[in-house]
Amino acid sequence: MNKFTRFGYALLPAILAVTATAVIVLVVGASPTAVLGALWQGAFGTAVKIADTSVVWVSLAICSAGLLVTFRAGQWNIGVEGQIALGAIGAVWASRLFAAESTPPWLVMALMLMVGMVLGAVWGVAIGLLKSYGGVNEIFGGLGFNFIATSLTIYLISGPWKPAGTSSVTSTQLLPERLWLPTLDGLRVSVPPLVLAVLVVTAVYLALNGTIWGLELKAVGRNPRSAFVIGIPTNRILLSAYAVCGLCAGLVGAILVAGVRHQLVANISAGYGFFSILIVLLAGFQPLLTPLVAYFFAALSIGSSALRLGLNLDSSLAGVLQGVLVLSYELVQGVRQKLTERGWKKQLTLKN
Amino acid sequence: MKVQLQHIHKRFGPVHANNDISLTVDEGMILGLLGENGAGKSTLMKVLSGFMAADSGQILLDGRAVQFHSPADALRAGVGMLHQDPLDFPPLRLLENFILGRDSGLGQGQQAAEQDFRRLCHQFGFDLDPNAFVSDLSVGERQQLEIVRLLWLGARTLILDEPTTGISAPQKVKLFATLKQLAAEGKSIIFVSHKLEDVDELCQRVAVLRQGQAVGEMAAPFAADRLVPLMFGQEISMGARPFVPLGPPLLQLNHLTLGDWRLHMADVNLTIQAGEVIGLAGLEGSGQQLLMQTCAGLLPPQAGQIILDGVELTHQPYARFLEAQVAFMSADRLAEGLVAGLTIAEHHVLTAHRRAKQKTGRGGTIDWKQAFQHTRHKIAEFNIKGWPDTTVESLSGGNQQRTLLSLLPDSLRLLIMEHPTRGLDIESALYIWGKLLERRTAGTAILFSSADLDEIFQYSDRIAVCFDGRITAIINTAETSVEELGYLIAGSQKAAAQGPN
Repeated sequence: MNKFTRFGYALLPAILAVTATAVIVLVVGASPTAVLGALWQGAFGTAVKIADTSVVWVSLAICSAGLLVTFRAGQWNIGVEGQIALGAIGAVWASRLFAAESTPPWLVMALMLMVGMVLGAVWGVAIGLLKSYGGVNEIFGGLGFNFIATSLTIYLISGPWKPAGTSSVTSTQLLPERLWLPTLDGLRVSVPPLVLAVLVVTAVYLALNGTIWGLELKAVGRNPRSAFVIGIPTNRILLSAYAVCGLCAGLVGAILVAGVRHQLVANISAGYGFFSILIVLLAGFQPLLTPLVAYFFAALSIGSSALRLGLNLDSSLAGVLQGVLVLSYELVQGVRQKLTERGWKKQLTLKN
Repeated sequence: MKVQLQHIHKRFGPVHANNDISLTVDEGMILGLLGENGAGKSTLMKVLSGFMAADSGQILLDGRAVQFHSPADALRAGVGMLHQDPLDFPPLRLLENFILGRDSGLGQGQQAAEQDFRRLCHQFGFDLDPNAFVSDLSVGERQQLEIVRLLWLGARTLILDEPTTGISAPQKVKLFATLKQLAAEGKSIIFVSHKLEDVDELCQRVAVLRQGQAVGEMAAPFAADRLVPLMFGQEISMGARPFVPLGPPLLQLNHLTLGDWRLHMADVNLTIQAGEVIGLAGLEGSGQQLLMQTCAGLLPPQAGQIILDGVELTHQPYARFLEAQVAFMSADRLAEGLVAGLTIAEHHVLTAHRRAKQKTGRGGTIDWKQAFQHTRHKIAEFNIKGWPDTTVESLSGGNQQRTLLSLLPDSLRLLIMEHPTRGLDIESALYIWGKLLERRTAGTAILFSSADLDEIFQYSDRIAVCFDGRITAIINTAETSVEELGYLIAGSQKAAAQGPN
């Protein structure tokens, strides 16, 4: 296949998705170009918007990096949502444990991130344990642990961690401001999470492509039986994949607490775990492409908030665009595969 | 039905799998189609049976040109094909499988179909229960089911692709009788094989393919000294088995009881000496596979002891068996051994890492340059037709087997192999055994199973016969005959009583 057609195949899903979304926009009686403009303005229009987009990108980039690992091991890890929640719980927990004002804030924040990561990893490894020793499909395991995580969050908010003197059951008390990750002047973005995201994305890329562990993940993902016969400790590798993904998701949960929300709220994961699955699919499981797609998704979700203000459209339109985009990508991939098989035959008949 | 193939061409990318092949099969004839792996036999037969279209060329049935767009098309015209791996639907009952593929699937009663099924089975002496599950059948029985099904659907030409691979000797006898009966009824049969003795026994005529071309035809009786050069372009003779003095006892199995839900083996006792080659003979599914998996540490025994070199390994994890230099090579190479999607180099990185880190990298990172160099070296040493970045599933069966061999550690105490040369052409088979015998000279004990009695005879020091979940005899190869072994495999006590010891 030449460069031109390959480029075409990469572009086609985008064209399909934009067309489909445009049709929907027309049906609800708005102008597609206006929507596009509003989205752009909403995501990149001002420094504040760009900063907000980066905040969302941090969460999506780290989660999808973690998912690259479990996907490489052949696992459909849909439990990231729950792992994010556990990360958030861990961060709040650590902030309560080390509430004494004498502890330096940077240390408490570091502990918050670490406890969040550990709890996220535990939540991930649990799915892996059920899968490798209990024979429970990871999709059911992930689903189950997501539910438990949601329930646990709500229990903590409405029970043990209920803010004193209020009847609020939607969130815990705000953390003291000294435990907020420092943000740039007038913006909501904080530098340490950005640095962490870049580090995580780079580390996952290097680990997957240049280490024995990455290769072992791939072998286990492709054929666990052969991998075992070759001598790879398949269960351990599988668990390590879940642990790494859980660490990433837990980190995101902790960052959401320490840097964005400053409290535990119900549904703190905000669907990032599921969005990340879409991102990795759309990036074709490519570690280098994944953070870029994550940025695109982040821009869409921030940009879409402008739709309501400017055009009186619901911001869920962005979700439609994201969903249609992934579906078109998968569709084009599938069709392409069929066509190339047939294409071979045609080309050969012509030659003979 | 008379079948004519005229000037068939078929290419896959750069490979010219069928290059201007013409063939004729007369009514009532059994034609043998010979050729080594990759000669183009399977491709040609897939063209004839409608699985793929030829790039150019013509198919004539009874003189009429036909064009098939699917296997169903071909079957409607009377051409049916049995594949190397029977294409049925295991969770179904036999009768359900039998009825599938019929044009008017609905309406006609199951009872009529069952009657037909029983009549056909009776006619050929097949002992198939229409209510049994297909998944419980042996390969040979599935084949019988498929033959009956194709005939019922109106096949007048049958194509059999390597049908004697994986079936037992009595099943083979029955298959050959059936095919002869069908030929006598006027059906035409194409028998694809690379086994000379099968063709010799069955066919009235052979056509030989080599590298995509039809290189010659011959009528029975066939002269092997002319066929072999036709197939390979050169003559290959079997090497004599070198004498190797045996070392001390290496592997001891004491009163081993093992099994899975399908088959149970009780009280297995066997001692293998260093440098000894033991062939496991027996019908498919008599326990050889379970026994080998147990010896490799992949299936824990229920009772008894496994002792390797004086150290008890019973119930130790598989990793301990690997450390003790036990290696297992499965017959199902892409299911239990190689990872499809990974390259040869990646396989070498994974296995070399288990043994010596310095070869392919340090501290868990991979040095791809060194890994490729190491792999290129192995590829040359084992004569693998591929590159370091070739994915293993795109290699031919023989080259996959060579790749597996190249992955083994330099030093091994026990090598366990299921069907070491199944599906390989003669050249690869000889090469593989050459490598195995080198190992043996270095003191490695080899335990292997094979459905090919000649292979067992050629290479084993002793033969252990498995029958119905027991080792019924352990005999010295020098003191037995193919005939005696045949009786033992079929479970006859007569031969055991007459035999030596």
